[in-house]
Amino acid sequence: MSKIVLHLYIAGQTPRAERAINTLRQMLEHDLAGYECELTIIDVLADPQQAEDQKILATPTLIKSSPPPYRRIIGDLSSVADLLNVLNLPPKTGSSMINKE
Amino acid sequence: MCADHIERLPTGITGFDHIANGGLPKGRTTLVSGTAGSAKTVFAAQFLAAGIKRGEPGVFVTFEETPEALRRNMLGFGWDIARWEAEGKWAFVDVSPQPEEEIVELGTYDLGALLARIEHAVRSIGAVRLSLDSLGAIFTRLNDTRVVRNELLRIVSTLRRLGVTAVLTAERTQEYGEIARYGVEEFVSDDVVILRNLLEDEKRRRTVEILKFRGTSHQKGSFPFTVIPGEGIHVIPLSAIELKQRSSNVRTTSGNAELDRMCGGGFFRDSIVLVSGATGTGKTLMATTFMAAGVRQKERSLLFAFEESRDQLFRNAIGWGIDFEQMERDGLLRVVCNYPEVTSLEDQLIFMKAEIERFRPQRVAVDSLSALERVSTVKGFREFVIGLTSFIKHQEMAGLYTSTTPTLLGGSSITEAHISTITDSIILLRYVELFGEMRRGLTVLKMRGSSHDKDIREFTIDSRGMHIGRPFRNISGILSGQFTHIAPSEIERLSAMFRDEEGTETAETN
Repeated sequence: MSKIVLHLYIAGQTPRAERAINTLRQMLEHDLAGYECELTIIDVLADPQQAEDQKILATPTLIKSSPPPYRRIIGDLSSVADLLNVLNLPPKTGSSMINKE
Repeated sequence: MCADHIERLPTGITGFDHIANGGLPKGRTTLVSGTAGSAKTVFAAQFLAAGIKRGEPGVFVTFEETPEALRRNMLGFGWDIARWEAEGKWAFVDVSPQPEEEIVELGTYDLGALLARIEHAVRSIGAVRLSLDSLGAIFTRLNDTRVVRNELLRIVSTLRRLGVTAVLTAERTQEYGEIARYGVEEFVSDDVVILRNLLEDEKRRRTVEILKFRGTSHQKGSFPFTVIPGEGIHVIPLSAIELKQRSSNVRTTSGNAELDRMCGGGFFRDSIVLVSGATGTGKTLMATTFMAAGVRQKERSLLFAFEESRDQLFRNAIGWGIDFEQMERDGLLRVVCNYPEVTSLEDQLIFMKAEIERFRPQRVAVDSLSALERVSTVKGFREFVIGLTSFIKHQEMAGLYTSTTPTLLGGSSITEAHISTITDSIILLRYVELFGEMRRGLTVLKMRGSSHDKDIREFTIDSRGMHIGRPFRNISGILSGQFTHIAPSEIERLSAMFRDEEGTETAETN
């Protein structure tokens, strides 16, 4: 299957940003340990043009651009279980079929 | 005008700065609230466009329409947003809904990214102005209204820190009621402007009202405005312009020597004369001779005709020996024929002003006001007449309006009831029934600042125009339409009676 590509947009090192990053770390290290993952963290205070290009409204925002379906999640990603559910991860056995289409 | 210390930023929106006593409070955020279709987005965009024309860059934060749609829609007002973007004068912060994109909320969030983008946009082009359209759209996109509210408060305080003057638009559900949905006025309440799009007597009427400017002055009440292609919002600030004109003692001819004599030497140069009469009494003839007299003494003359077609008007004039076509060719006359139903009265006023400004006439005639009255509400009509009158007088032009009375005999029209106090002179044309024959009578009812002939004079119309004759002597009740014939012997007897008592004569011979 294809690589899991995630972008997290934060506005400075706020408690919300910390919580989101922690949840993501936990997910990547435990639940998705066997998958190829790429997580980029963008601080919109340092790089507002990126936020403009991606039309980011709220922070934190997590964007999953691969594998499909595309997902945009806002919030501090309270629990790993909810996050996996919303992201449709780990990919089900059938999802590799979808990728080929 | 405003004796307070709060600095203003002129918006550049025609007429708005007048009612705002100079402009929006500088460096503050003004809430512009209105129902759907009340021209909020136009106001927001015009605020920036007008700023750019004054060398002040602006940021447009859009929550509803996409930048592409705005660039396209605003082009009709003459605002080339794409060019301004390329020149670094206009920047979008695009927060419009992205199609096929669902946002999932998981945990708590803030609008830090939006704030960063706004700040970035303001700094990168050195924005002086900012518009955000519209607040309600954020609330419908995000579930946590408490967060949105807190974050908007943060945005407003950031704007203040950045020193930009901002316009935030918000939705209302009804024309009269709470200021805006979602209680947004709680955090942007210092300065509130309301746009209305009312349905009055089946006619659309747009008005703008400045509800408050905290700590500073503005004109009270609502003012009509219109949205016109190539310009945008155009506010008609009536109270501010009402009748502050100088008046002159210079006389000018009406085109009829006898009428000039009746008026004590002609019309005043910067006065408005109202000619009232039933259909067929000779109103258009008076307007026509008034125009021709202007042209004859090399004055530029402008005629607005709302009742008759151009052909008809020109044919009539030829019938009275006046060649309008030649006068137009000579550049001294301009005849504008217009069907009043095609546009609202607000737009008509702006159109007429534009015509006057372009042609720069010394005299203007409107035939007839009654035709315009048909397409408006009573209030709208009165505002129109005040607006037009004050404009004409400011330009130091002589004006002549005609008005049609609804009944053949006597009576007065609603038109007159509303405008007679505004005009300087009133001339009545009336049918007079005399021993089974219809005759015509004319009287000068009012002539501000001058004495005038008080008689009711008979007049006739032939191929050379209007001829004013002798006063009616043996009839009374002409103006009311309730005629009473008095035998000549009775008149003599009455005159003799007064002569006996006072030792002076009453029945003057004319």
